[in-house]
Amino acid sequence: MTEQPNIEMIKQMSGGDVSFEEKMIEIIQRELPKEINLYHEHLKNADYLTAAKDVHKLKHKISILGLEKSYKLAVDYENQLKENKSSLSDAFEDILKNMLGYINTF
Amino acid sequence: MNCIIVDDEEMARAIIEQLASKNPNVTVDETFSNALSAIKYLNQNEVDLVFLDIHMPDFTGFDFIQTIKNPPKIVLSTSDKNFAIEAFEYECIVDYLVKPITQERFDKAVKKALAFKKTSKIAEDKETAENVQDLYVNIDRRLIKIDMAGIKIVEAKGDYILIKTETKNYTVHSTLKKIEDKLPNDLFLKVHRSYVINTSKIVDIEDNSVLIDRDIIPVSRSKRTELMERLNLL
Repeated sequence: MTEQPNIEMIKQMSGGDVSFEEKMIEIIQRELPKEINLYHEHLKNADYLTAAKDVHKLKHKISILGLEKSYKLAVDYENQLKENKSSLSDAFEDILKNMLGYINTF
Repeated sequence: MNCIIVDDEEMARAIIEQLASKNPNVTVDETFSNALSAIKYLNQNEVDLVFLDIHMPDFTGFDFIQTIKNPPKIVLSTSDKNFAIEAFEYECIVDYLVKPITQERFDKAVKKALAFKKTSKIAEDKETAENVQDLYVNIDRRLIKIDMAGIKIVEAKGDYILIKTETKNYTVHSTLKKIEDKLPNDLFLKVHRSYVINTSKIVDIEDNSVLIDRDIIPVSRSKRTELMERLNLL
């Protein structure tokens, strides 16, 4: 079953500061597609080491959106890419779609 | 403490800014999306603490640390636990935060940085004190070196001061205020409007006077409490 992203962690950090919550969502809406595009580009060019760095960066947003299981998969995938393998790419793609779909509901 | 944030990820910078806004001990002066801009800033500004991301394109956090001559205290932030050992090879690194950073963990890192800052300040003061051991006085157009620790008493005498040391006395055209400013505070105390004494040379204290060697020095009523506080009383 697909994990449901949430903004609980952002709410915890905000301590009730709604403007911070809005700012964070706006940043993720803007920054996430750019990071995903870079990752796709590097993966397409089989530049696995750079793609691993992209996954590393994306891990932060995965954890901020409360996706614990997805985070674990991202860790494994990052390590896999460092070894020039990419068999977890489809599963990782699902995580990215899940995040994008969620963040665009705001 | 004033700080800067260096992280190529905008979300990470926003989070640290938010955490810092809730900690009274730290103020964010600037944020940077790349290490090179931060280095330029540090060349022109004094900063107590840097929150630094390790994984940045082109120029990593470790490149950043190696490039700065006298790096300020640094708290590393990363999504990777595996760099912790490498991180603590650098003296300037006070802590290592794994993203996502919680307020509790952030506050702990700031507390550590504060403790480091205090320790450094004490070491710096001690070094300064150790370096400033001598005092040069102008007597008959000659600069004569006096070992400050050897000074017993300085007495005001009109436009002059009489400096009594363990070996010799010197009459110098100066004021008690001027020499008082030059002498280390932890060793010397102005006990009377005309006297500054080296408290380590006190032989005994009686009512409103102290005995230093064979000299009886008056102690003002207003200075007696401060003098007594300096003493290691049984």
